[in-house]
Amino acid sequence: MADVPLDRVAETAATEVEDLTLHHPHSWLTRYVFSQDAKTISIQYTVTALAIGFIALFLSWLMRLQLGFPGTFAFIDAAAYYQLITMHGMMMIVYVLTAVLLGGFGNYLIPLMVGARDMVFPYANMLSYWFYLLAVVILLASFFAPGGPTGAGWTLYPPQAILSGTPGQESGIILMLVSLIVFIAGFTMGGLNYVVTVLQGRTRGMTLMRMPLTVWGIFTASVMALLAFPALFVASVMMLFDKIFGTSFFMPSLIELGTPLDYGGGSPILFQHLFWFFGHPEVYIVALPAFGIVSDLIATHARRNIFGYRMMVWAILAIGALSFVVWAHHMYVSGMNPWFGFFFATTTLIIAVPTAIKVYNWILTLWRGDIHLTVPMLFALGFIVTFVNGGLSGLFLGNVVVDVPLSDTMFVVAHFHMVMGIAPVLVIFGAIYHWYPKVTGRMMNEALGKLHFWITFLGTYAIFFPMHYLGLLGVPRRYHEMGEASFFPASAQMLNAYITVLALVVGAAQLLFLFNLIWSIRHGREAGGNPWRATSLEWQTPETPPPHGNWGREQPTVYRWAYDYNVPGVAQDFIPQNMPPEAVPLGPRPAPGGMS
Amino acid sequence: MYVALALFVIAIGSVVFHLLSPWWWTPIASNWSYIDHTITITFWITGLVFVAVVLFMAWCVWRYRHRPQQAEVLYEPENRRLEWWLTVVTAIGVAAMLAPGLYVWRQFITVPPDADEVEIVAQQWQWSYRLPGPDGRLGATAIRHVSDDNPLGLDPDDPRGADDVMVQGGELHLPVGRPVKAVLRSLDVLHDFYVPEFRAKMDLIPGMVTYFWLTPTRTGTFEVLCAEMCGVGHAFMRGFVVVAEESDYRAWLEQQQPARPAAQRAVPVIAER
Repeated sequence: MADVPLDRVAETAATEVEDLTLHHPHSWLTRYVFSQDAKTISIQYTVTALAIGFIALFLSWLMRLQLGFPGTFAFIDAAAYYQLITMHGMMMIVYVLTAVLLGGFGNYLIPLMVGARDMVFPYANMLSYWFYLLAVVILLASFFAPGGPTGAGWTLYPPQAILSGTPGQESGIILMLVSLIVFIAGFTMGGLNYVVTVLQGRTRGMTLMRMPLTVWGIFTASVMALLAFPALFVASVMMLFDKIFGTSFFMPSLIELGTPLDYGGGSPILFQHLFWFFGHPEVYIVALPAFGIVSDLIATHARRNIFGYRMMVWAILAIGALSFVVWAHHMYVSGMNPWFGFFFATTTLIIAVPTAIKVYNWILTLWRGDIHLTVPMLFALGFIVTFVNGGLSGLFLGNVVVDVPLSDTMFVVAHFHMVMGIAPVLVIFGAIYHWYPKVTGRMMNEALGKLHFWITFLGTYAIFFPMHYLGLLGVPRRYHEMGEASFFPASAQMLNAYITVLALVVGAAQLLFLFNLIWSIRHGREAGGNPWRATSLEWQTPETPPPHGNWGREQPTVYRWAYDYNVPGVAQDFIPQNMPPEAVPLGPRPAPGGMS
Repeated sequence: MYVALALFVIAIGSVVFHLLSPWWWTPIASNWSYIDHTITITFWITGLVFVAVVLFMAWCVWRYRHRPQQAEVLYEPENRRLEWWLTVVTAIGVAAMLAPGLYVWRQFITVPPDADEVEIVAQQWQWSYRLPGPDGRLGATAIRHVSDDNPLGLDPDDPRGADDVMVQGGELHLPVGRPVKAVLRSLDVLHDFYVPEFRAKMDLIPGMVTYFWLTPTRTGTFEVLCAEMCGVGHAFMRGFVVVAEESDYRAWLEQQQPARPAAQRAVPVIAER
């Protein structure tokens, strides 16, 4: 970037280290299982989260079968339906998206992209994964507990979450809360690593304003998560106390199916505030890494510098800060003081401005680029469409009075699936296709990848776009069957059936991805170290896949930002971040070639 | 090429779907047509942005796709003028949606002083209603008073409650054209009183009282749904609101029994007089 000085970074002597001091693992167990190598931990996180993702996908099939063809499947009654949606939602948001984007991509990409040898606290990093795995096991255990998993909805609103009208109130809710507590403890260990590594572990020349946007996104999201998750942590502890010890943090005096209970004086709305103080930043904890990653995918595959890098960084930080003062837009009809509506509607709509800037800069990066329609690029394009659609429907729901008729309807379901379900999932797929060659040394199959993209992108759009209109019609969410109402036309149920059929197809298409992922480990085309001819440091490692310690004897020195694509007067269409100025080949730009 | 085509079809197809969709909001039956107007404004602005962004993408993908002979890639890290211009235009668009939104919200939360009060009480999984009776005031309630004989938990010592009219498991009747403030209370868990034709909705919360107001604008029978998840009976928690002409409403009200017949009323009722 023009404003960052490109020289005066190589003055200090190179930090060469003896190979012995890198503490390489000695046994199979410490290399592959209890590994302290961020890259191995990343793979552990990603594989575990993808496995949970497939379970969550399966749960969504079952719930869609019930909605599309109510009454056909006897084993999906109202209680089972609520358990399905609750587990699907919580798994996807916390145990899949957060885990993949921060634990998975954060671990792999942060050290490599900032030129570090590893995370700064490798042991805590390892513990982070094992806490995560424990949290997953506790969560899955609730399927086998008496009464089954909780069916309180992923928002776990009290009082109903712990009362007998709700499935899983016997033990499922307890396991859910304990699992969240363990997850948050584990995340804190990982999150501190990501933040401190970015702040302290950067290699020589890697100023903050030279970092790839992926690192900015994951870094900001990690800071946010460290501030937001504690709210969920205390809310979980308090609700556990209410459930087990009979305290009344969230429990007013009330009646449970005709019997007065001993609770008194608590506030159900307090839980909602705590939950959404976590829950709204959580949306951006998922979104910001996706924003960062997609910026890098677009720049690399459009062979053009990301447009407005500094504005992109400031937009990430602005979104991160603002996202802490918008939480009550989830609560416009919750019965909170209605005057809050003015404040939260205003802050919420203000967030649209930095978010829109990001979208403009992505599409302006495509403009006058050299767009290679690779599989990662296709997913990035799909992300923009999906995200813009979901972001714009957020302007309905954020604008307090417009939210009133739409709140708690299928419009909300459609909106958040677009913006924080499908959009980040498309980025995750794109990122896996993009970085897979670095992780394994081989390319994923391109034809299969394109097929996977088209079915997933068009299919999910065709699922969730029409779903908004069910909400406009007035169909509430969290109904295990739409039932009959004078204003539900027969065609509304046909739309539900259509969505179900499509969901089955799109879900099944994910097996293409799974197959590709496994098959390519051995049979993929050899990738070489830098198959996309990308500039950022992870593509410049001496070996691919990078070994423990990443860089061999000498860490790289950084001379420029990560977006020097097609610089005028340079004889190749990209300049790696660690290429010294004197080594840059000057001359006329070569004829485009290489990748398709 | 087909990528650009797909993007083009998505932009245009979404608009066509929107225009042809048979699924649209129910005909309004309250004074909140302002809400519908704000939604319409929002559809216009967001629709324009969506189509513009996706069509621009489609054009870029078609025009700047990788080809052997192509124009030079532009190296332009920043363009401050363009970036500020876009920021300002976006801010104006956002303000155009927010301003009417906040204006209508002000009306939404400001109850007219002449509004009639009616209480809506939820419990798993049915709706009950209470009207204030001739004195125009609702009596106090508490969970500890709830019993088989006193399902809504009226305070037996509160004289204001003696003439309250309770409707259990029946329909809520409202006169057309008169503003009504709905006071909301739950006996067990969260619920949400939702009549799509009214546009307004609000949660019912145990331990506190919430409210919303509206003026019914046409007569008819409208379905009540519960819109806040309340356990396994959530989808079946239905009811009806009957909006009737003033005279029909009066006739209905005449037939209703007060909470406590005059003979059983506590002494303070008389003392107060």
